[in-house]
Amino acid sequence: MNVFDIAGRAMSAQLVRLNTTASNLANAGSVSGTEAGAFRALKPIFRAVGDQPGVATVQVDSVIASNTPATRRHEPNHPMADKNGDVWEAGVDSTAEMVEMIEAARQYQNNVQVLETAKSLTLDTLRIGK
Amino acid sequence: MMAEDALFGIHGTALALRSQRLTMLASNIANAATPNYKARDIDFKTAMGLAQQGSDTASAIRYRLPVQTSLDGNTVELPTEQTAFAENAVQYRTTLAFLDSRIASITRALKGE
Repeated sequence: MNVFDIAGRAMSAQLVRLNTTASNLANAGSVSGTEAGAFRALKPIFRAVGDQPGVATVQVDSVIASNTPATRRHEPNHPMADKNGDVWEAGVDSTAEMVEMIEAARQYQNNVQVLETAKSLTLDTLRIGK
Repeated sequence: MMAEDALFGIHGTALALRSQRLTMLASNIANAATPNYKARDIDFKTAMGLAQQGSDTASAIRYRLPVQTSLDGNTVELPTEQTAFAENAVQYRTTLAFLDSRIASITRALKGE
């Protein structure tokens, strides 16, 4: 596994993270008539994969629903309210999602930087002796 | 890994090690968000010594000691890794420059200039 595989696959993983964050934020205000039916924030699970010591890229193992509880709101006039007059708002912590988004974007950028450096070093090596 | 070369001295070996270190530091940066990932680096001096004897350099790999531990067991500290990565890239270029000027002088000698 070379540096291009490592950075490239890490970028895909960060992109999955960014996509789940976007979907979490998009669903942040959604309501449901039951607690079980409420949307739960999705989280990608990262795992290091490597074939040699010290050399590993990252892979998204799975995307699981988080434990963030849905918020109960008493809103008897809501069309989806249950018999107690409650609706359940999606279990999404918007602030945490925003932080996650910035972190994913930064880490994506770091990998782009790694790729750029590796590319320029490889090209310089090819030009050696010319 | 090869022992010292008659034409290029230690620089061929150094370049291979620099490239190996580049991959390792890239791995650390790639795994900045992986739970339980332990950052690793090459102890360059030890690796160079092993490479010059013609032995395997795998035993020169060390775990990074983090300044601050994180809750998820990840020991990647991006500032440290990015500094090491930039430093290693400059050192790679330095080795390339040594090789380049060595090739230039050998070529001059061959041409009888």
